[in-house]
Amino acid sequence: MRYILRRLGFYLIAAWAALTLNFFLPRLMPGDPTTALFARFRGRLAPEAMDALRETFGFTQAPLINQYVTYLSHVLRGDLGISVAYFPAPVSEVIATGLMWTLFLAGTAVIISFTIGTLLGIVSAWKRRGWLDTWLPSTLVFLGAFPYFWLAMVALYVLGFTLGWFPLGHAYGDDLTPGFTFEFIADVFRHAALPVGTVVIATLGGWLLTMRNSMISILGSDFVNLARAKGLSPRRVVMRYAARNALLPSVTGFGMALGFVLGGSLLTEIVFSYPGQGYLLVQAVRNQDYALMQGIFLVITLAVLGANWLVDLVYLWLDPRTRGPAS
Amino acid sequence: MSDATVVRAGGLLGWVEAIRRDRKASIGAVILGMFVLVALVGPLFVGDPDALVDIPLQPPSLGHWLGTTGQGQDVFAQLVVGTRTSLAIGLAVGVMVVLVGALIGITAGYFGGRIDGLLSLFFNVFLVIPGLPLAIIIAAYLPSGPLTLAFVLVVTGWAWNARVMRSQTLAQRQRDFVSAAIVAGESNLRIITREILPTMTSLLVAQVIGSTVYAIGAQVGLEFLGLGDVSTVTWGTNLYWAQNDSALLTGAWWTFAPTGLCVALVGFALTMLNSGFDEITNPRLQLERVWRAHLAAHGREPGRSTPVVIDRA
Repeated sequence: MRYILRRLGFYLIAAWAALTLNFFLPRLMPGDPTTALFARFRGRLAPEAMDALRETFGFTQAPLINQYVTYLSHVLRGDLGISVAYFPAPVSEVIATGLMWTLFLAGTAVIISFTIGTLLGIVSAWKRRGWLDTWLPSTLVFLGAFPYFWLAMVALYVLGFTLGWFPLGHAYGDDLTPGFTFEFIADVFRHAALPVGTVVIATLGGWLLTMRNSMISILGSDFVNLARAKGLSPRRVVMRYAARNALLPSVTGFGMALGFVLGGSLLTEIVFSYPGQGYLLVQAVRNQDYALMQGIFLVITLAVLGANWLVDLVYLWLDPRTRGPAS
Repeated sequence: MSDATVVRAGGLLGWVEAIRRDRKASIGAVILGMFVLVALVGPLFVGDPDALVDIPLQPPSLGHWLGTTGQGQDVFAQLVVGTRTSLAIGLAVGVMVVLVGALIGITAGYFGGRIDGLLSLFFNVFLVIPGLPLAIIIAAYLPSGPLTLAFVLVVTGWAWNARVMRSQTLAQRQRDFVSAAIVAGESNLRIITREILPTMTSLLVAQVIGSTVYAIGAQVGLEFLGLGDVSTVTWGTNLYWAQNDSALLTGAWWTFAPTGLCVALVGFALTMLNSGFDEITNPRLQLERVWRAHLAAHGREPGRSTPVVIDRA
């Protein structure tokens, strides 16, 4: 219990750090931020954009600490300012339109990749120096070296454009209305196959190697040898004795990888014109929509922090040592 | 950390010899060497990458080995010139990231107590905040260019190295020779630079390689989004223009395929070099190799446990 509260405290601090970064970044720019921005874009920034910017970050004549409090209270109320790219829609509404798609895409990809990669890692360590162990890790490392979004471009070109097996973009066909019909859900999966697939392929190698290496060191430890000496079936030794303990480093890595995968899947979304945060991010960058950019940063950070806390709960269940002597 | 067997052979030459002996490391070194060569002398041979030389979107031909872009520039020339900028930024950022990480990590691990608590909190927060979105908002506020890009990549990338260096320093701090140095009254700075740092040479090299992989990937990603200086020629901006000119939907695979392949080849080469280093400098893996050879000489299969004592007679 203490462990879980301590982690929660840490995530609250991290969330506060992200908020504070968000507040100070525009103010760290040399000179008065708004005029500096104006100078930089040589008038390309529309007047309403300037006003939106000022309002969002509470740029007023008030002392910094007052501005900070104003900003925090705005954010806590869910007010992230007005978007320039989608003027006059509030940033929170713009982000809400694409959030589910991003979470769906990145979440599915991470879970599939983690499951398959970890299982392959177990097999690879168990059949050490077999054909699987010789070829699979280096092949996957090679695939993992490609930028996610480039794999996405190739997949889209070959499987979508040339062969026509998959749709060329978007989350579902234009002719369908969203709803809980079989047709709609099947179409969503058909559209998600390529984006999810490319992220899975690019990240598989990491999970495999982490699991393989930790399996190898666990397989050499005394309690595994004892289990084997007792004549337990290999399957039981591998899954119940070795794999469960070897999973710990992977689970720790899981939380950290989330942010990374989410970043990569944002770029993948762009290639597939998937209607998530990645697409919004490009619009924000093109239109110098700072409020939207910062809003996306905040929302994604909070999502990653929340997911990390869930991973901590899993860790607690897996590793009795973290539960402390009391329980 | 007895990487002594490797480094003992004499600084740089020892490393070269060790790479040559390991298959993975040699493959990595050869691929990387070719790219470095292209980066150094390539731009002298290909002419101006920005020149509009032909009709846009021509497929590869004898005149233009990799065809032309959506603007009518030579893809091959852009690729070669891009290699120079991308590798240079990648390596510079890789080194910077490790320096910052080492400074903070060693300080935290060596001094311990409150300093450690505070610094650890600091890098753990940076580790958990997603890097790409953070990089984007920082890059968006600064004037675009290679310096901004490098700065942003260092800010979002140092935390992992700091964490590794901290735990490594903590382990070294317990060792007798460090205690001896403290008792002998040596200054903290001297203990860190003369006693602790030399034991971490191989770790630092591995970190520079790993961080360079990160830096190249992240750089390409940011530039692809349009956050680099889109008027310079780098791998990332090449992909940005390919996407902008909708290369995909016109079937112009040659505008994006070679660039991504290069990014992956460099990343793969560096990773191979790193895992080769690991086998060379990790005494555990090294012993295992000797043990395997020893068993093979007697016609036996190795077991699953790592050998601890080896009869070399």
